Amino acid sequence: MAADLLDRSALTLRDDVAVGRVSAVEVCQACLARAQAANVALNGFNLIAAERALARAEQIDRQRAAGEPLGPLAGVPIALKDNLSVRGMRTTASSRILEGYVPPYDATVVRRLEDAGAVILGKTNCDEFAMGSSNENSAFGPVRNPWALDRTPGGSSGGSAAAVAARCVPIALGSDTGGSVRQPGAFCGVVGLKPTYGRVSRYGLLAFASSLDQIGPLTRTAADAALVLSVIAGADPADATTSREPVPDFGAALTGEVTGLRIGVPRAFVGADPPSGAGAVTTGLDEGVRRAFEQALGDLERAGASVVEIALPHAQYAIPVYYLVATAEASSNLARYDGVKYGYRSTGTKDQNLQTMYSRTRDEGFGAEVKRRIMLGTYVLSAGYYDAFYLKAQQVRTLLRRDYDRAFEHVDVVAMPTSPTPAFRLGEKTDDPLQMYLADVFTVSAPLAGLPAISVPCGFSDGLPVGLQLTGRLFDESTLLRTADAYERLTNWHTQAPPLPPH
Amino acid sequence: MSSVLTIADVERIAALAQLELTDEEKQLFTRQLADILAYAQQVQAIDTSGVPATAHVHAGQRTERADEPQRSLSVADAVANAPDPAPDAGLFRVPRVIGG
Repeated sequence: MAADLLDRSALTLRDDVAVGRVSAVEVCQACLARAQAANVALNGFNLIAAERALARAEQIDRQRAAGEPLGPLAGVPIALKDNLSVRGMRTTASSRILEGYVPPYDATVVRRLEDAGAVILGKTNCDEFAMGSSNENSAFGPVRNPWALDRTPGGSSGGSAAAVAARCVPIALGSDTGGSVRQPGAFCGVVGLKPTYGRVSRYGLLAFASSLDQIGPLTRTAADAALVLSVIAGADPADATTSREPVPDFGAALTGEVTGLRIGVPRAFVGADPPSGAGAVTTGLDEGVRRAFEQALGDLERAGASVVEIALPHAQYAIPVYYLVATAEASSNLARYDGVKYGYRSTGTKDQNLQTMYSRTRDEGFGAEVKRRIMLGTYVLSAGYYDAFYLKAQQVRTLLRRDYDRAFEHVDVVAMPTSPTPAFRLGEKTDDPLQMYLADVFTVSAPLAGLPAISVPCGFSDGLPVGLQLTGRLFDESTLLRTADAYERLTNWHTQAPPLPPH
Repeated sequence: MSSVLTIADVERIAALAQLELTDEEKQLFTRQLADILAYAQQVQAIDTSGVPATAHVHAGQRTERADEPQRSLSVADAVANAPDPAPDAGLFRVPRVIGG
């Protein structure tokens, strides 16, 4: 019974709760038990808020008993990446510098989820301030991949992806700046959606790179991603970057139909190694990933889609552009952590001056990768380097956007593997930050162009999940979700579950 | 432009970024940042003459609202998270700013 509950989608659970086949409390208890058991091996949660979740579930059951209308996520447990603010719930961004911080307000997505009846189960582990591709940059230790405990779950939303894959929750939220929802989705064998820039309010998301950050769902089906996006999307007066573009019913777009769909594949880019600068390493496409990707394209073609070769000439520069732009923005956003208003302050600085308190607090409070990015960002914004690095990167960002504009004149979606390799080993890239950055080769383009992109499970390489990534036009999440859902109807990759710890 | 980054460069950036790095961190970051910058230098070979910069991709929309006071955090909530609050005064306490 409990195991069966845990395999159900959010849509099914919502319907089951609504008709009384199961109570919200039963669902919540099953998920809590699974989360607590799985966390021992996976370390996916920074916080499991059992009492709060059960109280919330009881409230949903009371509402149903009283015949009150229920929201579209009523009784569905959800996990939130620990960079999303929940009033009264410890929020750390997996950083020591937020030690003791308890948000005095809810993120807009949190308010929308709870208004829809979702039950927040807890906060998931992630790379510190969402900076990383392996979840190894966490003050609370790495998350392990449920498919292979010696592998990374991906990052930075590694805990969210692992929690969904390990059946702790049917759905979770992550944030995606350069691939942080899609890549862990691919590594853990679940769906990960990065919406269009401006689609979802970031109010209450701890900022990393403000021209790139987007909040997105991790789910086991495209239909659940559509459901969550319908709840969290839309304009918000508290976030001036949200768009007033109408929010469609994303669930209604899931027709199962891909006849006539034009899929663009940038073959020269996907097949090629990124260009090697001095001292650079190349990122080869894993043979198992290539095979799964080609197989997925074949499946979609047989279902009526056409595959067209396209060129994205500037995609090969997306990694340097991304790491110049994102770190510049990060160095500015993270200037706020100074030991004054909230979080950690270096001890023994009472007799020092303010300056020493600031710099010691920041050195002790931030982890190595965050410091590295603050340093890089500060450098590229500093006098004498601004034009050569930061401005140049912003210009190449324009060229990349134009590449996509041209491609979307001929195709409806662009397909690539989500990651050139399946999940790599813990510790494999931690000594070489550049090598870690190169793993993001296929995911950094979409956020630079502001475009929506989804990763959907499309097979395995040596027993490790592989993701198919689809990028769409601005605000056209519907086509991405429709294609991903149609693909799920053709294959059963998305139903595969990792070996689970004893329940 | 030289791609060689010196310890002095790293110290200068660390001061700008308000980071008091240890000697070990300075050594490590000098090497790692030099690698990353050498890789990133490839963008400088791209012809971008006449290409405008993209700072963000959101369509130019007006997001102004009427200039009217709105509810915000109470002083008590605002100082509740501070490492060294003076709640009665409604203030954050910090070490001395000048001298010391």
